[in-house]
Amino acid sequence: MSSPISRGFHRRHRDTTADTDRVPPGQYVTTDFPVLSAGPTPHTPLDSWSFSIRRAGDTLKSWSWPELQAQSVEDVTVDIHCVTRWSKLDTRWHGVPIDTLLSQVDHDANFVLAFCDGGYTTNLPIADVTGHQAWVAFGFDGQPLQPEHGGPARLLVPHLYFWKSAKWVRGLELLAADEPGFWERYGYNNYGDPWREQRYAGD
Amino acid sequence: MAGTAVRGRLTWQVATAGSLTDETVAVRTIELGVADWAGHSAGQHLDVRLTADDGYVAERSYSLASAPGEPVAITVERLEDGEVSPYLTEDLRPGDEIEIRGPIGGYFVWPWQDDATSPLLLVAGGSGVVPFRSILRHRAELGAKTPARLLYSAKSLPDVIYRAELDAMHDGVEVIYTLTRQQPPGWTGHSGRVNEALLREVAWASGQQPIAYVCGPTAFVESVASGLVGLGYPPSRVKTERFGGVGGP
Repeated sequence: MSSPISRGFHRRHRDTTADTDRVPPGQYVTTDFPVLSAGPTPHTPLDSWSFSIRRAGDTLKSWSWPELQAQSVEDVTVDIHCVTRWSKLDTRWHGVPIDTLLSQVDHDANFVLAFCDGGYTTNLPIADVTGHQAWVAFGFDGQPLQPEHGGPARLLVPHLYFWKSAKWVRGLELLAADEPGFWERYGYNNYGDPWREQRYAGD
Repeated sequence: MAGTAVRGRLTWQVATAGSLTDETVAVRTIELGVADWAGHSAGQHLDVRLTADDGYVAERSYSLASAPGEPVAITVERLEDGEVSPYLTEDLRPGDEIEIRGPIGGYFVWPWQDDATSPLLLVAGGSGVVPFRSILRHRAELGAKTPARLLYSAKSLPDVIYRAELDAMHDGVEVIYTLTRQQPPGWTGHSGRVNEALLREVAWASGQQPIAYVCGPTAFVESVASGLVGLGYPPSRVKTERFGGVGGP
């Protein structure tokens, strides 16, 4: 099927799409930082905050807020792509690589399910959160990560659509077999590769 | 598993623009004739894809404005700096073809988990009212007795979308406006932004097990959703949708 042409419709944002090789199909570049969440923003005090790695309900390892800050923290600059079609280039984050945390537990998991304050979950293959591709991020643009953007800490998995970068993350559940997370159950793609435009189930 | 079953692959299909209705100076409702529409739930959205004659393609998401069972319709607000919304609100003519796919989204939907009886609170900022037309029409079609309140924040009375339809709501639906920038002479409704005092006045008491839907710009949604949690609404009973999720420039 060829797409119908909309006469009179044309690209208007030439200036912001100069880096087209960095913008996945169907995305546009924004300089704002839009917000997408399914419910109210949680506010967990840092003195009761922890990040845990669990398996079958058992906590294998847990880090308090100060303990997490004491891990090998990195600054990374990455492009991010939201399924609602905005992409933001050269975003600067501060956080701990997931490799650093996973290396402190003994496991043979194939998948993880990130869990969060507010009940949000998202699933990821272990191969996508290791190899320096994913972080627990708590700084953005030189500042503490704001609650509406997922603070105190969110997952950062920039090579997948941004719903995989779970806000308000509190840990990872290690899984032998994949299981869908929150948006993945509501019709969004199980994997979410922006370069293959995997927005919805079946894409 | 909670929620709506995952559907099969959503494919792009050609839709033909039908009737166009100007809701305000900047907002237009577009009926879309679609050959193959699986049906939608109230509160879902769809994707629109436009192709320019040079092959340039842009996609955006828009909330469905029509109830399940009605012809597919979206309501689009023209954004000054926009690319797709100016075309849809100014250039599109009846009979023109565009591409759509949907419906999309299974969480910001009513009824939620077949519960059509919990008191319903809808809080809209600007064009965040669009999915609520679908929900309120669906409620009426179901003959649901669910008490419903729509708290709608608009800049001024002429900026109120669906005003005639909302003003005619009855059978247990209350519509409460607040006008943030300009009030007509003799205005006896609320003025200013939705704040804690107004929420406290309008929102169902948390003990009535209400369910709340909040849709609008990010700052609006943040503030209203926090306010409802402050009034004792469990976060799981406050569903939010932000323009970041349904519109874009």
